[in-house]
Amino acid sequence: MTTESTEPAGASGSTTRAWLRERSELGVCVLLFALGVLVLADALTMDVDIAQRGPIGPRTVPFVVGAGLLLVGALLAVDVLRGGRGEAEGGEHVDLDEPADWRTVLLLTGVFLAAAVLIGPLGFPIAGALLFWGSAYALGSRHHGRDPLIAAGLSLFTYFVFDNLLGVPLPGGPLMGVL
Amino acid sequence: MDSLNSLIDGFGTALTPMNLLWAALGVLLGTAIGVLPGIGPAMAVALLLPVTYGLDPTGAFIMFAGIYYGAMFGGSTTSILLNTPGESAAVVAAIEGNPMAKGGRGAQALAAAAIGHFAGGMIGTILLVVLAPTVASLAIGIGAPDYFAIMVLAFIAVTSVLGASRIRGIASLLIGLTIGLVGLDQMTGQQRLTFGSLHLADGVDVVIVAVGLFAIGEALWVAAHLRRSTGKPIPVGRPWLGRADLRRTWKPWLRGPVIGFPFGAIPAGGAEIPTFLSYVTEKRLSKHRDQFGKGAIEGVAGPEAAASASAAGTLVSMLTLGLPTTAVAAVMLAAFQQYGIQPGPLLFEREPELVWGLIASLFVGMVLLLALNLPLAPVWAKLLRIPRPYLYAGILFFAAVGAYAVGGESLDLVILLVIGLIGFGMRRYGLPVLPAVIGVILGPAAEQQLRRALQISDGSVTGLVNTPFSVTVYAIVVLIVAWPLIGRLIARLRGGRKAAEENSTVSGG
Repeated sequence: MTTESTEPAGASGSTTRAWLRERSELGVCVLLFALGVLVLADALTMDVDIAQRGPIGPRTVPFVVGAGLLLVGALLAVDVLRGGRGEAEGGEHVDLDEPADWRTVLLLTGVFLAAAVLIGPLGFPIAGALLFWGSAYALGSRHHGRDPLIAAGLSLFTYFVFDNLLGVPLPGGPLMGVL
Repeated sequence: MDSLNSLIDGFGTALTPMNLLWAALGVLLGTAIGVLPGIGPAMAVALLLPVTYGLDPTGAFIMFAGIYYGAMFGGSTTSILLNTPGESAAVVAAIEGNPMAKGGRGAQALAAAAIGHFAGGMIGTILLVVLAPTVASLAIGIGAPDYFAIMVLAFIAVTSVLGASRIRGIASLLIGLTIGLVGLDQMTGQQRLTFGSLHLADGVDVVIVAVGLFAIGEALWVAAHLRRSTGKPIPVGRPWLGRADLRRTWKPWLRGPVIGFPFGAIPAGGAEIPTFLSYVTEKRLSKHRDQFGKGAIEGVAGPEAAASASAAGTLVSMLTLGLPTTAVAAVMLAAFQQYGIQPGPLLFEREPELVWGLIASLFVGMVLLLALNLPLAPVWAKLLRIPRPYLYAGILFFAAVGAYAVGGESLDLVILLVIGLIGFGMRRYGLPVLPAVIGVILGPAAEQQLRRALQISDGSVTGLVNTPFSVTVYAIVVLIVAWPLIGRLIARLRGGRKAAEENSTVSGG
């Protein structure tokens, strides 16, 4: 008896999930809505009595933008529920028939964050080389000899061109201290 | 004649050894990065923005213009040899150019494209010289309400004319406006959306937004859907044209710019529409109509000339009104803001050396590009062999360099990544990226002009529409907004008449 009663429930659960997956764009509406609330809340908590100059203060435009976000979030939800779909962007290297490869995206995000953390202590040449090497690895390159060499070469070359030729300072880190 | 004198002065600026060097470096970098598949001109200029940080404004913009035109030249090489257009404007070049290359006429296709770009760029830039000072002098008296009206026009045009879905365009614009709000209010110093963070009080740099949305967002999006099978570029020799080909191409080279230039100047999506119109025109006028779709050289020559001329048209609106009509123009506007220069009618008065040096360097860059591209096309084509992991790792690498060079803070890299993830989500759900970038760049300026206008009129809304210029601009805005309704109405009227005619013929017969 229990199996009989759970089965329809499970089926309806999976249909809800399928319904939601089909309309995952509703998540965009939720985000737009949340962003709108955030902007409005920030505007409401502003202390403007002293700062006000002219007929329009610093709160007016945030009010308009926040309200606009709420409105667009609602309108987009209506559009999605009516069957409207945002078209995923195509491209020369993009294959939309395959499901999204989240592992690669997560790896790239991790590598990028690591580089952001390491650029301070290790300097640009090392952090940049790690960024390139890690990204190439995440994207499927498996030349264990060639990849790090290219990464190091590119990073050092960029460092010298920017720092010496173009006058854009980048942190050298301990490596440049040694050389 | 006045503008001719200014142009000669401009050549004096552009032909100094240093500026010549920057122009050459710009076209080299632009061509190289334009040839790389997957990188369109907008991403190219965003990625290369930091290269110009250490330069004086004139040198920086001369280099920038070279990058822009170079990226367009290089893009057609990719379309023809790999059948993979880097952006929508290059789609047409692939339609005829790639069959030509497959049929062993790649050299001719490349030559027709390169000379087409040269002709289009030359004619377009001449029109820019003739028209821009006139437009600027017409707009010279414009004030806060007029500037605000132009920015409203930019917002409406970018959300309504481009893309498939208006509501998604507006959503993207609002995301951009929100990012633009972050930081200290320019007029009162009030903190907005900073959450007490000192770093955010400076606002989010537009370069970080542009690089994040165009480069990081694109790289992550491609990484999630990377095509495993790869196309092979078609090997090609040195570009040249025989007499028979020249006879077929010279008219398209001259016709293309006429179509391309006006479309570049108005906010109608840049080179996409004019290249297509040029293609259709050439198809209709050609004596070799049967070759179209199988490699007709007219179909390469005309659209490529139209694309370059539309780039020049884009510069007219950008320099004289501060109105960016394409993604590249938006990034260039961000670059101007980096130097604290406001493009607009006063630019020609305040910065004559910069503007005319920039325009003159366009001519210089065009000649350099032709000299670079015709003999060296096979060398550039080698870039097509770069493995895709390296390509996208390189994009991430240079995006990080650019964002870090803005302020030397690693927190900027985290913000860059967050904006890149937003760009990823936008691509997934069909939200166009350009409205967001325009929102970030023009949003704060629009707010300032709005408040200034209302301050002058003491809070009365009529202060926004008290000049003929602003009224005209708002009329255009209304027209754009109402256009789908008008179109539907016309279709209905026509349909009704047709139905009525059918009825009458039925009853008559």
